[in-house]
Amino acid sequence: MMILIIKRVMMAIPSLIGVVVVTFLLTRLLPGDPAVYFAGPAATPQAIQEVRVKLGLDKPLIQQFGSYVFDLAHGNLGTSLTTGQPVITELRTRLPASAELTLLGLLVSIAIAVPLGILAATRPNSLLDHTCRIISTAGVSLPVFFTGLILIYVFYYLLGWAPAPLGRLDVFYVAPPQFTGFYLIDSLIGGDPQAFIAALKQLVLPALTLGAFSLAPIARMTRASMLAVLSSDFIRTARASGLSNWTVVITYAFRNAMLPVITTLGMVFSFLLGANVLVEKVFAWPGIGSYAVEALLASDFAPVQGFVLTMAAMYVALNLMIDILYGLIDPRVRLEA
Amino acid sequence: MTDTTAASPRESQVASLLRHSRHVLAENPVTGFAFALFLLIVLAAVFGPQIAPYDPLASNTAQALKPPNAQHWFGTDQLGRDVFSRVIVATRLDFFIAVASVALVFLMGGFAGVAAGFFGGWTDRIVGRIADTIMAFPLFVLAMGIVAALGNNVQNIVLATAIVNFPLYARIARAEANVRREAGFVEAARLSGNADWRILVSQILPNVFPILVVQMSLTMGYAILNAAGLSFIGLGVRPPTPEWGIMVAEGAAFMVAGQWWNAFFPGAALMIAVFCFNLLGDGLRDIVDPRRRT
Repeated sequence: MMILIIKRVMMAIPSLIGVVVVTFLLTRLLPGDPAVYFAGPAATPQAIQEVRVKLGLDKPLIQQFGSYVFDLAHGNLGTSLTTGQPVITELRTRLPASAELTLLGLLVSIAIAVPLGILAATRPNSLLDHTCRIISTAGVSLPVFFTGLILIYVFYYLLGWAPAPLGRLDVFYVAPPQFTGFYLIDSLIGGDPQAFIAALKQLVLPALTLGAFSLAPIARMTRASMLAVLSSDFIRTARASGLSNWTVVITYAFRNAMLPVITTLGMVFSFLLGANVLVEKVFAWPGIGSYAVEALLASDFAPVQGFVLTMAAMYVALNLMIDILYGLIDPRVRLEA
Repeated sequence: MTDTTAASPRESQVASLLRHSRHVLAENPVTGFAFALFLLIVLAAVFGPQIAPYDPLASNTAQALKPPNAQHWFGTDQLGRDVFSRVIVATRLDFFIAVASVALVFLMGGFAGVAAGFFGGWTDRIVGRIADTIMAFPLFVLAMGIVAALGNNVQNIVLATAIVNFPLYARIARAEANVRREAGFVEAARLSGNADWRILVSQILPNVFPILVVQMSLTMGYAILNAAGLSFIGLGVRPPTPEWGIMVAEGAAFMVAGQWWNAFFPGAALMIAVFCFNLLGDGLRDIVDPRRRT
């Protein structure tokens, strides 16, 4: 198992190098002079020259790349022009908001999609199966920002069940003491059940929006994979041996059908992390996505670069975790390593 | 590529494809429905400004924020512009972005992938590495970064959408070209003295073509979603240009106050277009490659 983990980590390294090179090249692609860009729209020629020297843009490209990697290794992602704060600090304070939302969204979609896929596979061509197919086709067709707005209209404006879609916590509540940065967990540790409920209320709609979006691939894959496993010989043997339906479907079939589902999680994460940006904008969520969008519109490139880098690094790390999880679940993968 | 001398076998091929298409359509009326919807979208894209009852940019503050009624089917927005006209006229731009980006990635990914599969070696390694690097990013995030770096306009939205789809096309084209590089007809072409590049263009590409066309229709929906998402966060298209993503963004503030029609209709148009492309892609795949039916 150790060998597998080491091998997988080694395989993630080229991806990370690629990510660093691309984010570096993106700054060099900036139309016009990057120094002018980084200095902001109201800079004097003198200020631009200062920025050029400060950023090392007067040096050869290789040397620039070297200092970029050096800065990265020291956790320096540059400074935001609009807020004047170091990008790394802002990303760090905002990351828990995004992570809490994304993970809850994923949990919601797994909690709905996996049982739905299993039920659809055990009753092919039933009403439930058709429902599963319609939901998964509609799920990929729905623009995530549109779903969010519809949910806001129905549950906030029409029914009044949800709080105003403005951030992580209603203005009447104080943010719970910081432990993990996840309001749900922090409020429980801090012993503040009211804050927990308030934070949960704010989270429900955006998490549902994200969940609905990532539901489709998971449900589809669960169904297809379960169908394949359920028609195999060992399931027939298990049934013939008189095992209960539950044991056959859950213990025998589902455990084997899990593997392709876990593989699709990688793709699901790619969608989720992107959709997260849109959902954060719709719900005024103070995460790294809305930070990047604000910076983008202000032509403030350093935060955008830091954001793209953070997202890509997280995505590589998630894929790595999925690979390792795969090895934990499937002994054959371990043997191959 | 079009060979008129071999008319008779080609003709029977066409006939059999038509028969097969008819069979698939009869089996799956949804594909027929999607095709009708597709024609409607194309019509709106081509004749949009002629069909629209009002000027999409003409504001009329006396009529601002009126709910859907007989004069304004989809209501009016905060400046009194007719939402129906704006949704219809926006079709052209959204459709153009989707088609242009898919055509671009078809060329880039198709050529790179076919070359990688056919030549192998270094070409393969370089194309593979580029594809892997793109795949290491969450796709929408990479598209945001590209538009931010290259400049905030529609051309770069098209380019960014094409780039994030590149790995998909390159991989499929590579796999299909790789299977065919040792095929009999390729050997025959080589023995008759054709250069590698000539074989690639005249023998391999036409064979990989149909599979990539299916891929195009499958990724159209994603392309349109990606572009609308980018314009929703304020990239690319600028107001007052009618475009579905930006219209939803503009209407979002009014949604909270109960004026739903502003964001709902462009969003619904977007959803229907994506739904139509996805269904059409599935249908087309059934026609070209029946083995991959799900």
